[in-house]
Amino acid sequence: MSETINLKLKVWRQKNTSAKGRFEIYDMPGVSTHMSFLEMMDVLNDKLIRGGQEPVAFDHDCREGICGMCSMFINGRAHGPLRGTTACQLHMRHFQDGETITIEPWRANAFPVIRDLVVDRSAFDKIIQAGGFVSVNTGNAPDANSIPVEKHKAEESFDAAACIGCGACVASCKNSSAMLFLSAKVSQLALLPQGDPERKVRVLKMVQAHDEAGFGSCTNIGACEAKCPKNISIAHIARLNKEYLRASLARD
Amino acid sequence: MNTLNSKIPDGSIENKWTRYKSTVRLVNPSNKRRIEVLVIGSGLAGASAAASLAELGYNVKCFCFQDSPRRAHSIAAQGGINAAKNYSNDGDSVYRLFYDTVKGGDFRSREANVYRLAEVSANIIDQCVAQGVPFAREYGGLLDNRSFGGVQVSRTFYARGQTGQQLLLGAYSALSRQIAKGQVKMYNRHEMQELVIVDGKASGIITRNLVTGELERFSGHSVVLATGGYGNVFYLSTNAMGSNTTAIWKAYRKGAFFANPCYTQIHPTCIPVSGDYQSKLTLMSESLRNDGRVWVPKAQHDKRKPREIPDQERDYYLERKYPAYGNLVPRDVASRAAKQVCDEGRGVGPSGLAVYLDFRDAIQRLGRHVISERYGNLFEMYEKITGEDPYQTPMRIYPAVHYTMGGLWVDYNLMTTIPGLYALGECNFSDHGANRLGASALMQGLADGYFIIPYTIGAYLADDIRVQVTPTDHPAFQEAENSVRGRIDKLMNVKGSQPVEELHKKLGKILWEYCGMARNEQGLNKALAEIKLLKEEFWKEVKIPGGTNEFNPELDKAGRVADFIELGELMVLDALHRKESCGCHFREESQTAEGEAKRDDNTFSYVAAWEFKGDGSEPALNKEALEFEVVHLAQRSYK
Ligand SMILES: Cc1cc2nc3c(=O)[nH]c(=O)nc-3n(C[C@H](O)[C@H](O)[C@H](O)COP(=O)(O)OP(=O)(O)OC[C@H]3O[C@@H](n4cnc5c(N)ncnc54)[C@H](O)[C@@H]3O)c2cc1C
Ligand code: SF4
Ligand code: FES
Repeated sequence: MSETINLKLKVWRQKNTSAKGRFEIYDMPGVSTHMSFLEMMDVLNDKLIRGGQEPVAFDHDCREGICGMCSMFINGRAHGPLRGTTACQLHMRHFQDGETITIEPWRANAFPVIRDLVVDRSAFDKIIQAGGFVSVNTGNAPDANSIPVEKHKAEESFDAAACIGCGACVASCKNSSAMLFLSAKVSQLALLPQGDPERKVRVLKMVQAHDEAGFGSCTNIGACEAKCPKNISIAHIARLNKEYLRASLARD
Repeated sequence: MNTLNSKIPDGSIENKWTRYKSTVRLVNPSNKRRIEVLVIGSGLAGASAAASLAELGYNVKCFCFQDSPRRAHSIAAQGGINAAKNYSNDGDSVYRLFYDTVKGGDFRSREANVYRLAEVSANIIDQCVAQGVPFAREYGGLLDNRSFGGVQVSRTFYARGQTGQQLLLGAYSALSRQIAKGQVKMYNRHEMQELVIVDGKASGIITRNLVTGELERFSGHSVVLATGGYGNVFYLSTNAMGSNTTAIWKAYRKGAFFANPCYTQIHPTCIPVSGDYQSKLTLMSESLRNDGRVWVPKAQHDKRKPREIPDQERDYYLERKYPAYGNLVPRDVASRAAKQVCDEGRGVGPSGLAVYLDFRDAIQRLGRHVISERYGNLFEMYEKITGEDPYQTPMRIYPAVHYTMGGLWVDYNLMTTIPGLYALGECNFSDHGANRLGASALMQGLADGYFIIPYTIGAYLADDIRVQVTPTDHPAFQEAENSVRGRIDKLMNVKGSQPVEELHKKLGKILWEYCGMARNEQGLNKALAEIKLLKEEFWKEVKIPGGTNEFNPELDKAGRVADFIELGELMVLDALHRKESCGCHFREESQTAEGEAKRDDNTFSYVAAWEFKGDGSEPALNKEALEFEVVHLAQRSYK
């Protein structure tokens, strides 16, 4: 493979939440295939700044796929073409010489654009605040080994807990539903004995917060799972539905 | 010179904390409702502190610069968290964890603090499990442990390779619960830009709203900094891109002493730099050294492919130099050895700044499936980044800046030299001496936040119950806000020709070259001169696009880099004055005949706490003498 490729970037530019956005096209010659996607954006920004233009704003922090901050819709796919990979872990060797790459922000009513590719995901925090916790004050905990947890349940709980809260599931869903994100938290806690006492209230409150935040409802399309960088399974949505049903029945 | 009072309680080391807790002054619940605490940072230290203080009834405001508290840099920690639970029944104890930490820190930490850390470590695991943190378990359903760098017991709890993520999400859930109750008010995308002091006490902060650019004033009875480490002063590090020194640097400039700024940990196993565009470095877990063998070619500039180099032409230098510990020597020793072979011209890869970490023999011995079970996700991560398959060809690794042991000086209460100002987690200097052991930063952050500050802050606030918070129209707030605005305008008005990143890279190069893995007087003096020039260059050349009153990440970065440059100068001064080698601080002038770090306990057994004396003046050095009453001082040896 050649070490550098020439690209065109078609990037969404939007000054602020209320401004009207548009695409801009930038030439990117000589991109090293060893770069990460965000490093390629750094190089673009360096050029823009030197040329007296405003750089493209994008969210990022850890650059190793764990903080959930990066959020780019690349060529029509959340986080780009690779499965199980965040935008920051994507490298330029996966693109072709001469390609045009389209880069957009997450698009969803519950995630308003702040600037360019940066969106406001505080609706996710609200869902967690509604019940994504175990009510245990500091200092009240019993010895950690006093309650054994079956290994396979702990593992399954972990699979759900691996969610990084990036929002790719919402961006990929044509209903802009956050069910995958929500179900991951409900599932994590439902699988552990520590989460049991608040199981019913938790699911009811979190679903309510989800709906109030303006996320759409789930119609089982599965696009979320396909684009989730942490491979969170839609089996968690099935568990969520069961939990919800059980809790609703108990309430009446 | 100011005398530093570390306020260590009386009594034997085992009884200090227990006695402290039962005699410390308390704030009664109805008064807690009248008290406002500002917590800056929502990483492990900040989130755990904010949640615990709110549970006690204090009114808390918490700040972070990311878009959610869940994204703090703590999220990236991989390996695990230590605790003296002795679940493995292998003879672990509070004393052993304490001892290992003091020794690992090369006898440059404060015994009483370290002992307390070891004491509360077990409670952390209990708390996290109760929150629903899915730690690794054994088939019987109980918690699993592994061992970690340089110790002989298995005391590390872990959640796959994502321990930091799971612990942070636990703290974030506790924090979220308090936010929902209205007991914590959370300010995302808010960066602290200045500390406000009234009558000598920390009384508030000025923040910049990173979305709108607005400057805001917040008043509190006390200010708790938990803003993380400053490794990004080197530009390239394993830290998240936004990690910075700004909050603690402002505090330093307002009178908080800065302790041991030059103690920086350089981690031996990171993916090497691949080009000029490189923005950060990725850590490959230390655990790889359990099965991987480190080597370079015996000959200089050997350009053959690794598999074409026969065994007798390879130098397994760690095994050769340290037969007892081999590939498992501590981080600082492994890093320096890698630098040495590369300096000799035997480094590998396109840049010559890398060594091999080879799994060939382990795969032959154990089979590919065993290696894949142990390290599968790390191998995948490596392949994602480099495009090379470590099952077929050895990994290339090189040391990278990882953690800063230095930070704001704090006493036993975790209070800085400014009354009412606390520092928790990586941003203080307290527990790791001159070198931190693996899996102990997570432990320290959570110990500080969950179990220490909730007690120690009461000792200060008990006096404050009748005092109203300072109104934000107080002249001190006005003045602080003016100075922040003045600086932002000054930055925007430079209108030079170099983007912030370029200037930051220059700073990183100077520090890496002269104040990195090995340091000497001549180099450090050179660094001082170069940083002075760079500072001038920065204020003449920096180019910041966009405006002040809008979302402007370049402006955010510029402010942080300006502070990094000043900090860099202090780091070099500190490294220059400490003529001994200790832990991660290797002064070439102070080494044993075999080339190992040589401490000078008679002269340097102290914490260097630097005091700001104004721009253009040398900072003053204050010393806290370190007394070792329990652990015997000894030269470390890994031969
Ligand atoms: C790749 C990697 C792996 C690691 N692995 C391990 C491990 O296995 N075990 C271990 O024990 N340690 C590990 N460490 C170290 C450990 O992760 C950190 O030391 C620790 O998480 C720091 O926590 P903290 O709460 O002090 O700070 P951080 O998590 O860095 O949090 C800082 C907080 O402060 C906020 N902040 C900063 N500046 C400002 C400002 N000016 N205004 C407002 N808010 C601000 C940020 O938004 C953030 O919320 C690792 C570190 C790295 C880099
Ligand atoms: S479920 Fe997946 S896509 Fe959705 S927020 Fe979590 S990690 Fe991101
Ligand atoms: S920047 Fe952290 S996940 Fe991409």
